[in-house]
Amino acid sequence: MTAASRAPQDARRGTDRAARLRAALDTKAAPYAFIAPFFLLFGVFGLFPLLYTAWVSLHDWSLIGGNEGFIGLENYRVLLGDAKFWNALLNTLGIFAIAVVPQLLAALLLADGLNRIVRGRGLFQIALIIPYVTSIAAMAIVFSTLFGTEYGMVNQVLGVFGIDPVNWRGGRLSSWAAIAVMVDWRWTGYNTLIYLAAMQAVPKDLYEAAALDGASALRRFWRITVPMMRPTILFTVIISTIGQMQLFTEPAVFDTGGAMAGGTQGQYQTVMMLVFQEAFRYGDYGYGSAVSWVLFLVIVVLGLINVLLTGRIKGAS
Amino acid sequence: MTKRSPTTRPRPAPRAATAALAGGALLLTAACGGGGGGDGEVTLTIDTFGVMGYEALIERFEEEHGIQVEERNVTDVADYTPQLQQNIASGSGAGDVVAIEEANIAQFMLQKEAFVDLAEHGAADLEENFLDWKWDQGTAPDGRIVGLGTDIGGLGMCYDTELFAEAGLPTDREEVGELWPTWDEYAATGEEFTEADTGAAFMSTIQPLFRVVTAQAGGEPFQNTEGDLVIEDTPSTREAYDTVTGMSGLSAALPIWSEEWNAAIQDNAFATMPCPAWMLGHIENTAGEAGEGRWDVAAVPGGGGNWGGSFLAVPAQSEHPEEAAALAEFLTSPEGQLSAWEEANTLPSSPEALESAEVTEFTRPYFNDAPVGAIFGATAMELEPVYYGPDTQAVDDAFRAALESVEQGQATADEGWDTAVSGSERAAG
Repeated sequence: MTAASRAPQDARRGTDRAARLRAALDTKAAPYAFIAPFFLLFGVFGLFPLLYTAWVSLHDWSLIGGNEGFIGLENYRVLLGDAKFWNALLNTLGIFAIAVVPQLLAALLLADGLNRIVRGRGLFQIALIIPYVTSIAAMAIVFSTLFGTEYGMVNQVLGVFGIDPVNWRGGRLSSWAAIAVMVDWRWTGYNTLIYLAAMQAVPKDLYEAAALDGASALRRFWRITVPMMRPTILFTVIISTIGQMQLFTEPAVFDTGGAMAGGTQGQYQTVMMLVFQEAFRYGDYGYGSAVSWVLFLVIVVLGLINVLLTGRIKGAS
Repeated sequence: MTKRSPTTRPRPAPRAATAALAGGALLLTAACGGGGGGDGEVTLTIDTFGVMGYEALIERFEEEHGIQVEERNVTDVADYTPQLQQNIASGSGAGDVVAIEEANIAQFMLQKEAFVDLAEHGAADLEENFLDWKWDQGTAPDGRIVGLGTDIGGLGMCYDTELFAEAGLPTDREEVGELWPTWDEYAATGEEFTEADTGAAFMSTIQPLFRVVTAQAGGEPFQNTEGDLVIEDTPSTREAYDTVTGMSGLSAALPIWSEEWNAAIQDNAFATMPCPAWMLGHIENTAGEAGEGRWDVAAVPGGGGNWGGSFLAVPAQSEHPEEAAALAEFLTSPEGQLSAWEEANTLPSSPEALESAEVTEFTRPYFNDAPVGAIFGATAMELEPVYYGPDTQAVDDAFRAALESVEQGQATADEGWDTAVSGSERAAG
């Protein structure tokens, strides 16, 4: 090989290296570049507020006075002894329990029903998702009117059956029930569609084999459908937990007056309503931030319990 | 084509750049939202809530001064005030002139440096244009003039003439007023009304009565000027609470401003309601044509009284304090207040305007031609000044919830009192 012929070869090797570098960049760097916008936005609108809220919660910080000094965990100490916080947490958990459990069960049954329907399934699917695409505030206003004491339609219907009017906002359980109805109205269809998608992914031959073995439809549902959908169910439970622990719009609109008090005695004041009341109605940013951070921790703990429980169930079966 | 050649394949670098650019562009658009262009001409913004009646006035001001004025109105003061608080605290976003409600004025007084001292713009000479107590509310102890009074909430008692006739009570507004010189007599009238069994309640809710009765007592019902809670040291506050909760049995227990409460107005489900000047418009709009001539206005029990009313202030963040102060002074001048009265029936806080024929001879056709100007004006003149402290909002919330829990039968009056006091302490402490 002569020197004259080597030069172009070197040049080619050079372009090869550039191409390889490009290829490496393409596979390694490009994906990060693509997801960068999300993380940039998340950093600005998600992570930064989260950390800043933690910082604010360690201070005596009010709207009017601004930052009035570092007080360590004082806000958290007050919170632990604050009856209003525990009341709000109880309300949030209570509404969560009476809203989400029936909601997911109903969604599961509806999805199973839809899975059997062949004709007009699309129409039913659209009907189920419509509550989800309606404005949450508009929906809450309509329901608030329905649950009126004197002029509400629910009480009028109850009156037909000779039942005395219920003061829906007055009692703890009655207000929880009314709010749970709003929540379920909005979210049942959404979860149904998620379950339906998961159900359709269950291999048909499993059902056929079970049917051949003489398993009833009910047995096939509980023994095949539900176990096969476990990851999806876990997903909906976690998403519902996160969403419901932050429940705000429905009870806030349901409330009369805009003080975020959640009824005359805080019967349905949720934790998020308390955060809003403290921070934005009374201007106590420090305490409001502490409450919202504790809520965040509660959600994390509940999420871990979910994962742990599901792991247990998986291990047992 | 299955074979990928280097030439048809997009190069990685631009791809990454595009993605990064897209993200950057998003941020840029977000950042540009708040900007505004200046074309050399002065444009003032004024933040108002409810119905202030400033349309004609703003037009006149624009013509006289060659300044554009943009009114940004929020219907509900409960939405308006927190937003204003944030704009004041953060130092940007507030209008050049802002309206402040009576219950919130003390809270903004704590941040008086955030507002232009209107005395520097000639407002010190305007004291005679306002009722004494209104002037005092808008002025800081050191003499800084923060807010100029707009309207006041002089009180009357609205009553449903048809329900009164049905219950065998007089319907003439003079005679009705004579039924209840005091709140005890008002309660007695309520008992009489309830015995007649018309199917309607005597009142919608006791909650607004508490506001009225405490205001009539004057002084410092909730907080003193040092900001300390004095609820339990002020006997008149507990007296007002007892007077009002004593009437729970006469109430339909419908929270004020709720959908149910509005429905009850349309349904003629209650017979009386304390009516500040600005409430007339709400009744008229809610009851509609069917209610025309049904409602009338009599004197309020317990003498004078005031419920609500506003001030105009100029935030220090305004870029045109001189022009903004001129606008605030123009709108709150006696002539300005009269124009607002004619446009929206907001009762003037200027004695000159209150005594003018436009107010004293004004009758409202919807309310059987009641001389509402004279009725409201009289109560405003004989008013005891009231000091509302910086935590009035929280105290008001606590009492509202407690009073409603009492009238709905969820708590006894004593339990309600304890809840209201501890709720106030929690918020103000």
